[in-house]
Amino acid sequence: MDRMTRRMSPAAFAFAAFRHAVLGLGSVLMLAPFVLMVAISLKPPGEIFAPVFTLLPETWAIWENYGAAFQRQPLARFLFNGFAITFAIFALQALTALPCAYALAKLRWRGRETTFVFVLLGLLIPPQVTAIPLYILMWQLGILDTYAAIVMPSAISVFGIFLMRQFFRTVPDDLIHAARLDGLGEFAIVWRIMLPTAIPALIAFGILSFVWNWNEFFWPLIVVQSEELAPPPLGIVFFANAEAGTAYGPLMAAATVVNAPLVLAFLFAQRWFIDGVTMTGVK
Amino acid sequence: MAEIVIDGLIKSFGATPVLRDVSLRVADGEFVSLLGPSGCGKTTLLRIVAGLETQDAGTVRIGARAVDDLAPKARDVAMVFQSYALYPYMTVAENIGLPLQMRRLSRAQRLPLIGASLPGTRAIRADIEAEIVKTAEGLGIGHLLDRRPGQLSGGQRQRVALARAMVRHPAAFLMDEPLSNLDAKLRVKARAEIAGLHRRLGATFVYVTHDQTEAMTMSDRVAVMMEGRIAQFAAPQTLYDDPETLAVAAFIGAPEINVLPAKRRGDGAVEVAGAVWSAALPDAGGAELHAGVRPESWRIAPRAAHADPAWLAAEVRHIEHLGSETLIHCALARGGHAVVARVEPALAAGFRAGDGASLAPDTTKVLYFGADGARLRGARPMAARIQPALAHHG
Ligand SMILES: Nc1ncnc2c1ncn2[C@@H]1O[C@H](COP(=O)(O)OP(=O)(O)OP(=O)(O)O)[C@@H](O)[C@H]1O
Ligand SMILES: [Mg+2]
Repeated sequence: MDRMTRRMSPAAFAFAAFRHAVLGLGSVLMLAPFVLMVAISLKPPGEIFAPVFTLLPETWAIWENYGAAFQRQPLARFLFNGFAITFAIFALQALTALPCAYALAKLRWRGRETTFVFVLLGLLIPPQVTAIPLYILMWQLGILDTYAAIVMPSAISVFGIFLMRQFFRTVPDDLIHAARLDGLGEFAIVWRIMLPTAIPALIAFGILSFVWNWNEFFWPLIVVQSEELAPPPLGIVFFANAEAGTAYGPLMAAATVVNAPLVLAFLFAQRWFIDGVTMTGVK
Repeated sequence: MAEIVIDGLIKSFGATPVLRDVSLRVADGEFVSLLGPSGCGKTTLLRIVAGLETQDAGTVRIGARAVDDLAPKARDVAMVFQSYALYPYMTVAENIGLPLQMRRLSRAQRLPLIGASLPGTRAIRADIEAEIVKTAEGLGIGHLLDRRPGQLSGGQRQRVALARAMVRHPAAFLMDEPLSNLDAKLRVKARAEIAGLHRRLGATFVYVTHDQTEAMTMSDRVAVMMEGRIAQFAAPQTLYDDPETLAVAAFIGAPEINVLPAKRRGDGAVEVAGAVWSAALPDAGGAELHAGVRPESWRIAPRAAHADPAWLAAEVRHIEHLGSETLIHCALARGGHAVVARVEPALAAGFRAGDGASLAPDTTKVLYFGADGARLRGARPMAARIQPALAHHG
């Protein structure tokens, strides 16, 4: 450290310091709401609105707040819904994206490039645009207010198709040729040859998919009325409304619990995530 | 076991013609090399035979069957790829065993868990296991079966690729430059091994390479491919001694054949850079010729001046000692053409760079080509013209 700073010119040092200051400020801004959330979730009601803000409470209220979060609302149920929905969505997305990506990356057929352009266009369409037609579709199918209504619109991910297609393009053709000679059909090639080589990219996509769908609020809000089907963010809102915003401690405790899986998932898969994303980088 | 008959293959990628009318008949059990410069369409041809690519026109027959409408797996050929194309996430044993699994186990039997409980699965799997071990041991990779390809050396990967091809006893092997990723020493060893494998298996081999030493040392016959055509298909020695075109003559042999512009004279002799060589050439063929002299066909003498008009005056430019032979690079006094002579090391002792020298060919061995590059054959002694009988294994 000492040697490094000594070797740097003053200008370079100033720039490095500036860079770190900007990045530091950025991360403080990003982290502040989370810190606040966790801090409030630890405090009794009296301290939350105390004039002086402290990071740690004087009297700890972990048990009260977190206990209340799980008792006064079906938080466990919301968490279960969250896991079930995100898992189902990711499974369906993988099931559709892998064969599509394979066909787009490795098979030769008329209209392939046009199809790929449509996939790219699909990336540009915000989900809100299709919400009303999809809602009508769900209504006509008679599946409003079911898990299926939450899961179905996300079952095909154009981003997933795009990401896996970029990855598959880096897989050598000869590997596929060898598999064809060895007697594998095209679907067997997808699952037995392409999928194993794509695990890092798939995990990266899985985490992104998990984060998006775990946090998804808009669509469940539209199609779900029953509290027992609500994914975590929607559940918290139900709860906040019901309690009329008085119990901030338990509310923040619930928010902390809901956020924890995201943080854990990211930490757990960080290595894969970074590997996978860089490996699909444009070559 | 099967012969492979390729008839009139044409293939373009977009507007680029890659194969322009390729026909080739590989006899049952023969070892044929496809030799040609990079980009001439060797891999494309092999892929079409394997069914991995579709031709625009022409047919491929393997054994008694036309295979044009058959999927790759139904053609009973195995391919060894330049990159080996081993499945990176499978062990060596799984790599070798996959073709057998796909062929012998039914779809249901291949399922994880459920498959194992179906009748017969266990016995078939045991058989496959035994064959994997036997094949691997035959190639000296029996101790590597639990490794993954990433943990193997280049030579070991190449053997795994061979084992995967061999294990299902295909009628024909298609090999696409399988040795090009090996270092020079290993390549010589692997060459002998593949040749031995061919003798042992007696299967038909089509072997793609752009390394002429590989093609010449391993093959019964070599098909020289150039610009999407078979330029010549003959035994290695025939290609060397009796090339059909200037391009083939120049492609085969290292150092390259010396090509000098020549003029036909009224008396049947030819004039090359001021020297006069006797030659028996057909009447047709124009006045402007190319004379090709293999480096070892030169006789070389010290001193630039020579009484005999067949000798060319030259200057020694530099000398390469290769141990078993010596290459003397010269520049001709008339025209400045560079020529190379291959001589015994003892003979080369008298030459220094900068010395004068004179050169004359063994005129019975000079190859003449017309202005269009086609070979001109004279009434030379027949012995050199008789094509060696097609050597192949019964
Ligand atoms: N899938 C493809 N799409 C377009 N062009 C191709 C394709 N495959 C091959 N080509 C072109 O066809 C030509 C012949 O390629 P091929 O791979 O058969 O050559 P090769 O003789 O095997 O060369 P090398 O010795 O370098 O392997 C090349 O010009 C190549 O660019
Ligand atoms: Mg090639």
